[in-house]
Order: sequence, then structure tokens, then C-alpha cells
Amino acid sequence: MGDTGYGRIIRDGLWNNNQALVALLGLCPLLAVTNTAINGLGLGMATTLVLVCSNGTVSLIRNLVRPEIRLPVFVLVIASFVTTVELVMNAWFYELYKILGIFIPLIVTNCTIIGRAEAFASKNTLGRALVDGLSIGIGFTLVLVILGGMREFIGMGTLFSQAHLMFGEAARGLTLSLGEDFKGLLVAILPPGAFIGLGFLIAIKNLIDDRLKKAEAHKVAAPADSAAAGAA
Amino acid sequence: MVKHPVVIAAFLLGSFAVAGTSLVAFTYRQTQPRILANERQALLDKLQALVPAASVDNDMLEDNLVVQDPDLLGADRTTVYRGRRLGKPVAAVFTSVVPGGYSGPIKLLVAVRHDGSLGGVRVVSHKETPGLGDKIEEERSDWIYSFDGKSLQDPQPRYWGVKRDGGVFDQFTGATITPRAIVRAVKNTLLYVAQQGDGLYAQPDPSDNKPGGS
Repeated sequence: MGDTGYGRIIRDGLWNNNQALVALLGLCPLLAVTNTAINGLGLGMATTLVLVCSNGTVSLIRNLVRPEIRLPVFVLVIASFVTTVELVMNAWFYELYKILGIFIPLIVTNCTIIGRAEAFASKNTLGRALVDGLSIGIGFTLVLVILGGMREFIGMGTLFSQAHLMFGEAARGLTLSLGEDFKGLLVAILPPGAFIGLGFLIAIKNLIDDRLKKAEAHKVAAPADSAAAGAA
Repeated sequence: MVKHPVVIAAFLLGSFAVAGTSLVAFTYRQTQPRILANERQALLDKLQALVPAASVDNDMLEDNLVVQDPDLLGADRTTVYRGRRLGKPVAAVFTSVVPGGYSGPIKLLVAVRHDGSLGGVRVVSHKETPGLGDKIEEERSDWIYSFDGKSLQDPQPRYWGVKRDGGVFDQFTGATITPRAIVRAVKNTLLYVAQQGDGLYAQPDPSDNKPGGS
């Protein structure tokens, strides 16, 4: 079969090995910037960009770099890309850059990035490394946006507020609001809200996984012959 | 002759350091003018929200003054941006600092018109509790507008406080410390302006000396 495993890489990055929900890496930015959906989206996209760049570079140089200097080189590569992304955001997304503030340079310390460089990119071809970086990044971004959206909605009664910071003035209309009367549940925006929200997300993911597993077991058990034949 | 592996490793590491630094240096050169322009524009937008652009004809960013009065203005050094029209003083914008916030100092912009009334107040940065103290932000509530047009004559100095202290300014449910501290800081800035009088505008406008500059 000509399956190069891209489908599996994508499934792993988005769901099975989701860095935020399964590996629980990158918790610091995950918990700190997810008070609105747009903040989460901004940091998620910056992280994804860095992940793709660093995965690609690490994959290209994987045969060149000797094992003993591998980690310092990875750190150098990642730090250079993060600084570049920071400068570019400062120049073209100034308002968003001011909100995300310290968490842009801190992408360097997101364990996900060096983790993927070491565990995946340094052992795989360029194409696979890029796909891995992209799907891991998108998986991380989705969790940031969902957690941010949950906290924003419960805490402030709005969704996608300040969307214009990312998409220009036309995006102001994207903002949903429950109106002035909704006071919000303060705890959702405070740090504990981040932990509680993440806990719920992990629980929901495990619940879905359980359901899927049961459904599969059920399917295999009932028409055992045909399923076995199909699988072979 | 076989080169020692450490030499090769060191050379490789060095090359990557050079490549990484070059990438950052190149990006820095490309983005720097834009970043400086962004910062300048952001500050100018904030000043113009308090002192309408049409009411002045000088470059307020250039026409600044650094004053020292930690007791009234909250910081060791305070920058004052001055607006003039046809050479006559219009308003001064103070970068006052509120020392007594609930968690850490709060940075303000306080615009005082030449007649002693407030052009407005804005919060530049703060660390107050989200959902409680952050109603001082323009985006979250209209409270900060309650300073517009106020002066030391309206209300009288003893009514410069939050309602709980017998003053005229609203406090927030669950957060009295933050508005109380801001009211005091704004009042102190007005007191400073009253002390200084026209002296604030005395120093010649530096932008007059370089016509066509910037």
C-alpha cells in the first residue's frame, strides 16, 4: 500500500495525541491566554507557525546535526523563529501583540515545539515533519479557541470580542454578545476557570473516546465475520 | 587526517548560531520602522482621544516635558505632552501613575485643558482583578468618562472621592479600592496643574525650532 501515514499523522495531531488534551504540554500559555477566543486563536496561530517552521528546519538538518549537539541546535532554531514571529506580529498585528504580550516570546518554552522536533521531525522526512507540525499546531489552536470561547462566553457573555484586532474592522460584526444585563460568572475568566475548563475538555474527549471504543467493539462483536474479512 | 568530532560539532553549532542570528537581524531591520511607527501612532491615537486633533496645531508627541513630582503624579519622572494652537496653550496630557491600586500601579493618561477642566482620563495599563476592578477600562464600562469636564471647582475638592466616601464618583460593586485610588490620582494631577499654572507651557515648543521636522 502507498499509505505514507499522512492520515495517521493528522489524526494523531488533531485528536489521538492532541498536545493540550492528551500530552498536556504547553499548559502555561494554554491556561494564561485563553480568556477570550480571539486571544487563543492569535497565540495558537503563532505557535502553529513556529511549529511548522521548526519542524521543517529540524527535518532538513536531521542528517547534518550530530547527536551530541542536537538539542542546542534545536533550541537555536526554535528561538530564532519565535523572535522572528514576535517581530512580525509587533509590526503587523500591533494591538494583538500588545494583548498577548509576554506569551509570544514564551512560545520558546512551549515543550510541544522542542518535543515534536526531538520526537518526530528529527526522525522523519520533510513532508511528514511539516504535516506533523501543522496538525499538532492546529490541534493545539483548536483547544485554545474552544477553551477561550468557553471562558469568554461564561465569564463575560460575549464571543469573538475584539475580532477586529486580527481580521480588521470588518470583523467587528463577528462579535456575539448576550447583552449588557449578563454579568458573567467571574470565576471563568480568572485563572481557576482555565483549569476547570481544561478539565471539562479533557473529560469530554475521554468520554467521546470511550463511546467510539465501545461502538467499535460492538461492531466487531456482532458481524464478526464480515468485519474481519473487511479488515483483512 | 581525521578531524576531531568535537571540532566538527563546534563548527556546526557555530554555523547555526550565525544563521539564526542573521535571520533575526534581517527581520529586525525589516520590521523596525513599522514597529516604531505603530508605537508612535498608538500613543498619538490615545492623546487625540483626549485632546481632539482639530483643537491643536502642534505635534504633541514632540512637544513634551518631563516633570518630577512623585507625591502628586505618582512616578519619579512624568512625561507631559502639551497641545497648543497658534502658539497658545490648549491642554496638557499627563502620564500619571496611580500608586494605590488593588494590585500594582495603574498607569493613566490625564488630559487637563488650559482652563483647568479635564479633557478626559484613560487607563493605559493595570493589573486589577478581571471582572471587578477592570471596569476602569474604556472597553468595559463608561466609568472613566465620568471625569470628562470635571475640575477642582466642579466638584469642590472635598467631593473628589467615591460615593462611599461622600464624593460624587461611582464605585464598583465589589471594588472600591481601584476607583478610589484613581479619583485621588486624578485630583492630585489637577492640584499639580493648579500649582504650576502657566509654567507648564512656559518652556518653548521644541518643534518650533525645526520647521518641517518629522
